[in-house]
Amino acid sequence: MNVPASWYLILAAVLFGIGAFGLLTRRSALIMFMCIELMLNAVNLTFVTFARTLSDIGGQATVFFVMVVAAAEVTVGLGIVVAVFRRRSSTSVDELSELKG
Amino acid sequence: MIATSYAVPSIIVFVGAAIIIIVGALGVITFKNPVHCALSLIMTLFGVAIAFIAQQADFLAAVQIIVYAGAIVVLFLFVIMFLGVDRTDHVHVEPLVAQRPLAALGVVITLGGLVALMAQSHWVTGVMSASTDGKPLESGTANVHQLGTSVFTTYLFAFEATAALLVIAVVGAVLLARRERTLQADEVEV
Repeated sequence: MNVPASWYLILAAVLFGIGAFGLLTRRSALIMFMCIELMLNAVNLTFVTFARTLSDIGGQATVFFVMVVAAAEVTVGLGIVVAVFRRRSSTSVDELSELKG
Repeated sequence: MIATSYAVPSIIVFVGAAIIIIVGALGVITFKNPVHCALSLIMTLFGVAIAFIAQQADFLAAVQIIVYAGAIVVLFLFVIMFLGVDRTDHVHVEPLVAQRPLAALGVVITLGGLVALMAQSHWVTGVMSASTDGKPLESGTANVHQLGTSVFTTYLFAFEATAALLVIAVVGAVLLARRERTLQADEVEV
């Protein structure tokens, strides 16, 4: 018998927490994108775990769509990072403060 | 107690995948060099793929390796190379007051809430979904068949929408990354 679903759910929660902490503390836009990928993977792991527990293939189909959206998001996000870098030679999000009130 | 109720191989697979995932994730948020972060990210993605295979999601594990580790991380590495490899993040600079302790506190509260919710409540609820008629998930090629049937019948509209989304993303990325100097070059020639 496979290990209980709660083990995988706790693992996914810890992975999500690590990704969230990295997103909140790192400065480089590239690393922040990687942390977003970590959080997306944690949610994917949760979906797959529930798909197994509930015997519902819909969870795996959702993960499929999440992967497509993640690929699109990374493409556009890295395009923005390159455009920002070209303008100000830095990817640090601290220096992007034009909209500060 | 644990070893008697669950098969030992599945426990070994879970522990191995968990170690790979956690170590890789910690590497992503601690390494200073972005290239090392990207390689740690690949490690985490492989661990998640192992967890997928252990839970009868064989097709998604393959897609995870091909799309995430093969395409997305390579895209990250290309951008890192393009922007300069030796640019390291200023890890020790802390412009916002007490940002790191506050972030840690928020993450711990969120995780504690999640785990408490999991421990307190009976979270596996309800009847089996109508989309699979309660059939158990299958592994191997049967998983591809099952997932393909689901994506091309129940989720067909969402599948078509993702096609449009990908086209829009590609066009947007090309527009964002295009240099605007081409117009000036034409003027110089004339």
